[in-house]
Amino acid sequence: MISQFFVLSQRGDHIVFRDYRGEVPKGSAEIFFRKVKFWNDDEAEEAPPVFNVDGVNYIHVKVAGLFFVVTTMVNVSPSLLLELLQRIARVTKDYLGVLNEDSLRKNFILVYELLDEVIDFGYPQTTSTEVLKSYIFNEPIMVDAGRLPPLGPAAMFMQGTKRMPGTAVTKSVVATEPGGKKREEIFVDIIERISVTFSSSGYILTSEIDGTIQMKSYLTGNPEIRLALNEDLSIGRTGSSYDYRSSSGGGTVILDDCNFHESVHLDSFDIDRTLTLIPPDGEFAVMNYRMTQEFKPPFRVTALIEEAGPSRAEVLLKIRADFSANATANTITVQMPVPSYTMRASFELEAGAVGQTTDFKEGSRRLEWNLKKIVGGSEHTLRAKLTFSQESHGNITKEAGPVNMNFTIPMYNASKLQVRYLQIAKKSKAYNPYRWVRYVTQANSYVARL
Amino acid sequence: MAPTVPSAAKSASPSQPSGKSEVADLKQQLRQLAGSRAPDADDQRRDVFKRVISCMTAGIDVSAAFGEMVLCSATSDVVTKKMCYLYVGAHARAHPDLALLTINFLQRDCRDQDPTIRGLALRSLCSHRVPNLVEYLVTPLTTGLKDPSAYVRMIAAVGAAKLYHISATACIDADLPASLKALMLSDPDAQVVANCLHALQEIWTLEAANSEAAAREIETLYSKPVVFYLLNKIKEFSEWAQCIVLELASKFLPSDNNEIFDIMNLLEDRLHHANGAVVLATIKVFLHLTMSMTDVHQQVYERIKAPLLTLVGAGSPEQSYSVLCHLHLLVMRAPMLFSSDYKSFYCQFSDPSYVKKLKLEMLTAIANENNTYEIVTELCEYAGNVDVPIARESIRAVGKIALQQYDVNAIVDRLLQFLEMDKDYVTAETLVLVKDLLRKYPQWSHDCIAVVGNISSKNIQEPKGKAALIWMLGEYSQDMHDAPYILESLVENWDEEHSPEVRLHLLTAVMKCFFKRPPETQKALGATLAAGLSDTHQDVHDRALFYYRLLQYNPNVAERVVNPPKQAVSVFADTQSSEIKDRIFDEFNSLSVVYQKPSYMFTDKEHRGPFEYSEDLTSLTVGADDPENVISAQRYQENDNDLLLSTSDKEDNGTKGSNDSSTSTYNAPSDLISPSLISSQTSAETSLINTGGPTYSSQSNFSLDDLLGLGVTEAPAPPPPALTLNSKPVLDPGTFQRKWGQLTLALSQECSLSPQGAASLMNPQSLIRHMQSNYIQCIASGGQPPNYKFFFYAQKDGATAFFLVECIVNTASAKAQLKIKADDGTAAEAFSTLFQSDLSKFGLS
Repeated sequence: MISQFFVLSQRGDHIVFRDYRGEVPKGSAEIFFRKVKFWNDDEAEEAPPVFNVDGVNYIHVKVAGLFFVVTTMVNVSPSLLLELLQRIARVTKDYLGVLNEDSLRKNFILVYELLDEVIDFGYPQTTSTEVLKSYIFNEPIMVDAGRLPPLGPAAMFMQGTKRMPGTAVTKSVVATEPGGKKREEIFVDIIERISVTFSSSGYILTSEIDGTIQMKSYLTGNPEIRLALNEDLSIGRTGSSYDYRSSSGGGTVILDDCNFHESVHLDSFDIDRTLTLIPPDGEFAVMNYRMTQEFKPPFRVTALIEEAGPSRAEVLLKIRADFSANATANTITVQMPVPSYTMRASFELEAGAVGQTTDFKEGSRRLEWNLKKIVGGSEHTLRAKLTFSQESHGNITKEAGPVNMNFTIPMYNASKLQVRYLQIAKKSKAYNPYRWVRYVTQANSYVARL
Repeated sequence: MAPTVPSAAKSASPSQPSGKSEVADLKQQLRQLAGSRAPDADDQRRDVFKRVISCMTAGIDVSAAFGEMVLCSATSDVVTKKMCYLYVGAHARAHPDLALLTINFLQRDCRDQDPTIRGLALRSLCSHRVPNLVEYLVTPLTTGLKDPSAYVRMIAAVGAAKLYHISATACIDADLPASLKALMLSDPDAQVVANCLHALQEIWTLEAANSEAAAREIETLYSKPVVFYLLNKIKEFSEWAQCIVLELASKFLPSDNNEIFDIMNLLEDRLHHANGAVVLATIKVFLHLTMSMTDVHQQVYERIKAPLLTLVGAGSPEQSYSVLCHLHLLVMRAPMLFSSDYKSFYCQFSDPSYVKKLKLEMLTAIANENNTYEIVTELCEYAGNVDVPIARESIRAVGKIALQQYDVNAIVDRLLQFLEMDKDYVTAETLVLVKDLLRKYPQWSHDCIAVVGNISSKNIQEPKGKAALIWMLGEYSQDMHDAPYILESLVENWDEEHSPEVRLHLLTAVMKCFFKRPPETQKALGATLAAGLSDTHQDVHDRALFYYRLLQYNPNVAERVVNPPKQAVSVFADTQSSEIKDRIFDEFNSLSVVYQKPSYMFTDKEHRGPFEYSEDLTSLTVGADDPENVISAQRYQENDNDLLLSTSDKEDNGTKGSNDSSTSTYNAPSDLISPSLISSQTSAETSLINTGGPTYSSQSNFSLDDLLGLGVTEAPAPPPPALTLNSKPVLDPGTFQRKWGQLTLALSQECSLSPQGAASLMNPQSLIRHMQSNYIQCIASGGQPPNYKFFFYAQKDGATAFFLVECIVNTASAKAQLKIKADDGTAAEAFSTLFQSDLSKFGLS
């Protein structure tokens, strides 16, 4: 039973505020905001998504820099509320095309309309964009997505590659376009977040892929869709997980586990690895999967730190892109914490470096190396000279690192999971909607130890 | 026009609502629009309404415009209508008279042709929360429940719950619960069914406080026909409604194992749902259904591991946090089952600190002979982490693993390496750990002392670390060459030592050192005692004085006080009693799991959910209501593992479980069907209590009696040999509640009290204490003279079977009505005799 729902800006302003049961004392939004802002200030810890102040439970998620919050007085399922908050954000995004402070402020009446239907007297009702359509009367007021910082997983398609219809993912599911006729199209995105930890000697200590097949449908008339995955895909690992040698190198994709959206029918999945579904309007995850099978990490990272005199040290960072030259990684950031007594750092980029910047963040004592893009197969190096305020004692490698890397590689997926085909049940001969199948790999936790 | 927050509101901070002029301006505009027939009046109205709602959102008090809003409310524009409903809903309570004005057009809208309008109007009507408008609600609600449109019925169902909150009698008198129940079991629309269930749970739970009938109605919700009816339709429900149905199913008490396997097979595919809430709710059903079947229970653990890990990786950090909290709970209950998944709990760079902390605890718990090396190596990496709080936690985790391992050799080396890292907080944390380690494994002193001796106390700033170092200096002063001199230098800086904890430790350490190496320490001792005696901190002063007088009185005694022969600590106290852990487990898939506290510790009584209430008990003062009572259970060692087989069995079953699960059907192992297997949880507890400390518990019982002034000298009359009762049975109100509802009446009798007893029964407490001394515990009591009502329970010694008693005493007639229910019906007769004999002795001693 939800008592209140509200959305706060980063500064704590109310953007929407809805009280469903009138049982929480006044000022809850302010109490929440103060608590989140000053959670354990000394230790610089983040507030957990669920906490209790004076008997009121506050549950929140952060989406697009905004706080989506519900309060409740009863002992409910935290997962239910967190999933619901995330879903409310997603439905709102379906309606507004772009989800940010500006679009919410412009459409707050529409959001109230949604909230009335999504929750009644604190009980979740429906969160289906499609069902909600018939009860929502406001027309969304569009904001210009171009000048706003992109957010969410779909946003990464807008960076770099020209192959993508950049604005398509930011259009509202419900609004009629200026041109009048709606474009019939469907997006299927295979998004993989990879986590790899390299030991100091370059061995892979752990690796995992958390993947999602995300769909966003602008098709009218709800046609049935068949989505075929790798035929030799197998699910469920036998024996001890993490036994890397046991996985055959034959290219079979072995997922540890996966789950599915409820619209998905798995009748033929066991036979030919085909998912059948009638996609609801809006954005949703068709399937989530997890893989710990060995895979080839897209980057090799080598980092070295060596003393070079009594209060100096030299750092060498090297990244090698281990993927085909067809793909290009973009927005790469490499970060390396250095000893806390580091005063200065001077950098030396490789000859002919383009689109690379370096920085020494004094506050957090870390080196930062940004690369606009890395083409598959290439290798890049950075040298840095550190000056210390005191003589280093003990083992300098224990004072620095680990190196952490962030990147996005469009049209590349580490797991080799493929959409073999995407079939849309035909309504007529002329019916041939646009289909976009896109792959992208992102770093979740890509770490090399020193 | 962009309806952003008006400038007045923007500048005002949300905490200080202002904008009086804004409100006045809005009122003015509304008044003009009220009668306006201008062609663009609707658009204008929309804009002004938007501004009103915008002010409301910003926290500005716009209730002053209520009258004007109502005047403008007659509109056919749905968007404007909705804004008006929103406004009226929020402010009607403050303006009951003006709210009446809205009733008219809402009632009309309730009869509109368009079901959407009907639904909206009905929802708004029920959201008024104005008691004197109740009469206008009942008719639209009753018709709404029969509306041809599912949308309206869905709103009407929730509306019934809203009405109950405004006026319970109106809701009950209109017989709405009965209509809801009928609708729940017949409506073709799943959301209507779900809303009926929501409303019924809420109404009956609150109603149960003063009506036995409502209490019985709640029971029917958990009955087989209802639960199976809903479960069979599970796929029709929205994912949110599925959660509530699953929650209901988790409270269902199946009558045989076939029912359990039917339910599990039916729900098997819910574990692959992308919504974490559905998966967790399903897991709760599985875990609770299989509580009494150890093998299957363990198979469930194996089965749910993969889905949970996938959920951890799939969602936003917040979503995975909640799932991880549940995984944490399971890991803590059965660490062995997760020991091969340790890599899943390694901290990732992007994890927020609240996630990392959970993972560190899990890694600590699952460390065993096979994975300790890897886990400790990983933890050591975090110790140098830039994130200092996590670095600290990691060091503590290494220490905890060291304390629970048999072969600590390698770990001690690692800990000692931390000391060489020369980071202040690392050293401090490590010293604390080394101290604890030495208390458990004194044999390591030689190696540790060598390293610890090299640490300069000047480099340690943190009081806890410093205190640990000082403790070691005192304890091992005979082995540390410099100990007296280091202590002496510390004493010299007494005034600069701000932490009383450090000063206390210093006092004791110098004393210890003195008895081991008198000539070298004598000077330091004098200085210490002098400094301690003039210390401003009370405890430091007192301890110094105590030592001083002790030394004056007899140095030999003093030595025995400060340097007694010490036994190695075998187990450090667990912070949470297993009873609390079990309660949290009972409340799986709730906030309790995130907070790691049972719900009674953080929710008000009035807000306990439908499942936490107890129908009979709420009408009485619940004996176990005081948290102190509930937690009072003795702290024994972790026994959770007992629920899940012993170590060797686990490995076998682990692999078997995973094989079985791949076929996705659950089969009852043949030996499980034997009736001997009753709730293994209770058996685990009982056996522990029986083996753990019967002497202790009975002693404590006596001393308690003594304190209460009851005749201890006169031991309780020996109970009939036929039945001996467990001296410390453990039963929480929830379980009592469930059992009471579930068991059939074994005996119903009337008996007499002694006249003295009846006379001395001035308040329930006296009888409760008397029965307690006979090992019959009271769980709830209440009433006014001459009538008292008690709920008692007792447990057969050495068995799991409980006896539950409802006892109504009339002091005027000195009669008592007994209703006895028993897990083991055959023993009920004997128990009744025992109970009556105990009862008749009341007041005689």
